[in-house]
Amino acid sequence: MAHELTAPPRPGRGDQTEQRPSPLLRIVPPGLYAGRARMLVERSFLVNRRSWLAVVSGFFEPLFFLFALGLGFGTLVSTVTGPDGQPMDYVAFVAPALLAASAMNGAVYDATINIFHKMRYAKLYDAVLSTPLGPLDVAVGETSWALLRGGLYAAGFVVVLLGMGLVSSAWGLLALPAALLVAFAFAAVGMAATTFMRSWQDFDLVNLAVMPLFLFSTTFYPLSVYPRPLRIAVECLPLYHGVALLRGLVTGYVHWGLLGHVLYLVLMAVVGLLVATKRIARLLLR
Amino acid sequence: MTAADSLLVHASGLVKRFGDVEAVRGIDVGVRRGEAFGFLGPNGAGKSSTMRMIACVSPRSAGELRVLGMDPQRDGPRIRARLGVVPQQDTLDNELTVRQNLQVYGRYFGLSRDTVRRKAVELMEFAQLSDRAEDQVEPLSGGMKRRLTIARSLVNDPELLLLDEPTIGLDPQARHLLWDRLYQLRHAGVTLILTTHYMDEAEQLCDRLVVMDGGRIVAEGSPAELIARYSTREVLELRFAPGHQRDALPVVATLADRVEVLPDRLLLYTADGEASLAAVHERDVRPASTLIRRSTLEDVFLRLTGRSLVD
Ligand SMILES: Nc1ncnc2c1ncn2[C@@H]1O[C@H](COP(=O)(O)OP(=O)(O)OP(=O)(O)O)[C@@H](O)[C@H]1O
Ligand SMILES: [Mg+2]
Repeated sequence: MAHELTAPPRPGRGDQTEQRPSPLLRIVPPGLYAGRARMLVERSFLVNRRSWLAVVSGFFEPLFFLFALGLGFGTLVSTVTGPDGQPMDYVAFVAPALLAASAMNGAVYDATINIFHKMRYAKLYDAVLSTPLGPLDVAVGETSWALLRGGLYAAGFVVVLLGMGLVSSAWGLLALPAALLVAFAFAAVGMAATTFMRSWQDFDLVNLAVMPLFLFSTTFYPLSVYPRPLRIAVECLPLYHGVALLRGLVTGYVHWGLLGHVLYLVLMAVVGLLVATKRIARLLLR
Repeated sequence: MTAADSLLVHASGLVKRFGDVEAVRGIDVGVRRGEAFGFLGPNGAGKSSTMRMIACVSPRSAGELRVLGMDPQRDGPRIRARLGVVPQQDTLDNELTVRQNLQVYGRYFGLSRDTVRRKAVELMEFAQLSDRAEDQVEPLSGGMKRRLTIARSLVNDPELLLLDEPTIGLDPQARHLLWDRLYQLRHAGVTLILTTHYMDEAEQLCDRLVVMDGGRIVAEGSPAELIARYSTREVLELRFAPGHQRDALPVVATLADRVEVLPDRLLLYTADGEASLAAVHERDVRPASTLIRRSTLEDVFLRLTGRSLVD
């Protein structure tokens, strides 16, 4: 009876597309990258197609913060020293920082808990790595998704800022790509950190790291508040650079120094990706 | 073209270490294009470790390995593009439906959306899962998941199919169906490498096989060759009430080339089962039941991988 059933698929090479990594990626050790990270983004899109709730909640969260901290606080503290040294409206001061923080939060959440589950329990990457895709495809694909999701929140946030008249310069439109960069950097580092976690308890460490970042990265008051040694410490924090970049763009105080922040975040993203790639290879390709 | 070129998989002195554990201890294997090749061996013999190295998802610790003429270390993605892999443990995507599993997996191989849509339909027929197309994978039965894993491995029309215990958890119908499918694939020119604990499966499917034990290859050949080399033509089984088989052992030991002691029976390896049975009765041994059969791969396996052997 089995003979009447459908014939098996014929072997043949027909549909495969030839892949050729870009010159930049030739520096990556061979075998780690197939140049097809977007397939993982596609997968994430399929999986999350119906999770509008997460998107909506992700959008409202920074909004609530903006109202509570900005408007509530703002009635007590009306002005604060802006990035250009001039006094500025407190809400306008806090808003871009909250945008940076929400980009960070979204990315970290996606890149840690979700990826830990997929790596340790769902065995997703074991399946993925048995196809042409390599660890770098996984790292890039998964961070890109975290970034897209963060980008979606950021876009909503920017719209709100525009609506509230908190964007005082055309440079403010660059806030969106800048927020994406912040999300990218934190997603990459978050994913790298996740590869070192052994159990769910270890995620308390993530909270332990994210909370002070959120509070102390000049989110709520300018750097000048701190005594000098602390200032230097704060200037080393990654979110500080995200906040400074976004605040500069949104308030229209644009200067070459902003490129320094961009560079910091780009480096952070690259290092995060490379570490995550190495670790995925080490953990799953044994 | 040298002999090595026609080998789809060529390993020499292949070693795999996990820390102090040496899972594979220097094996030499050559798999020719178009054949069905089997790895047999007890638990922990190193079969999966070998399969994973061939699948380019586990770097070798020492030795040489070429798959499809390429080096897994350097050309992993290019090799994997032409492989189909059924791992010992299912790695289905539990966040996707049956159909999506096939489609998304196909996309990892760079197949177009149209192609994967078509492929998914075809493969769901193949795995007899068409009526579950839109179901999540999680609640499927174990055998269904296995069938889906096997179907998934075919999405890229592989030249070389690696099956690590493919029929584990399948009911007899599904097993026979899979065997039939594997025949067809081989007929279509696909090279198969499989591991199994079912000797009938190995005998049915494999042109050639190796028996591994403790990380080494202890025998190699076609099923018929192995039976001829390591076993006798016939086997006389004497069944006893558990425990009583040992009492009879000294009496019958000289009647066969070799005697194997199992918990409830003795296996007498002999060229002529009838004659041996007559001799057994002559010596006044009264087993609960007897059976004369031809030697199978199972007998070879028992001999090579060691149970209490009495020569
Ligand atoms: N990832 C790993 N880390 C450490 N040791 C491992 C790992 N994988 C396999 N081993 C060890 O290598 C040896 C061979 O294991 P392997 O899985 O290759 O055996 P197998 O022949 O497939 O057995 P089975 O029939 O049970 O599937 C075992 O001793 C096992 O404990
Ligand atoms: Mg195994």
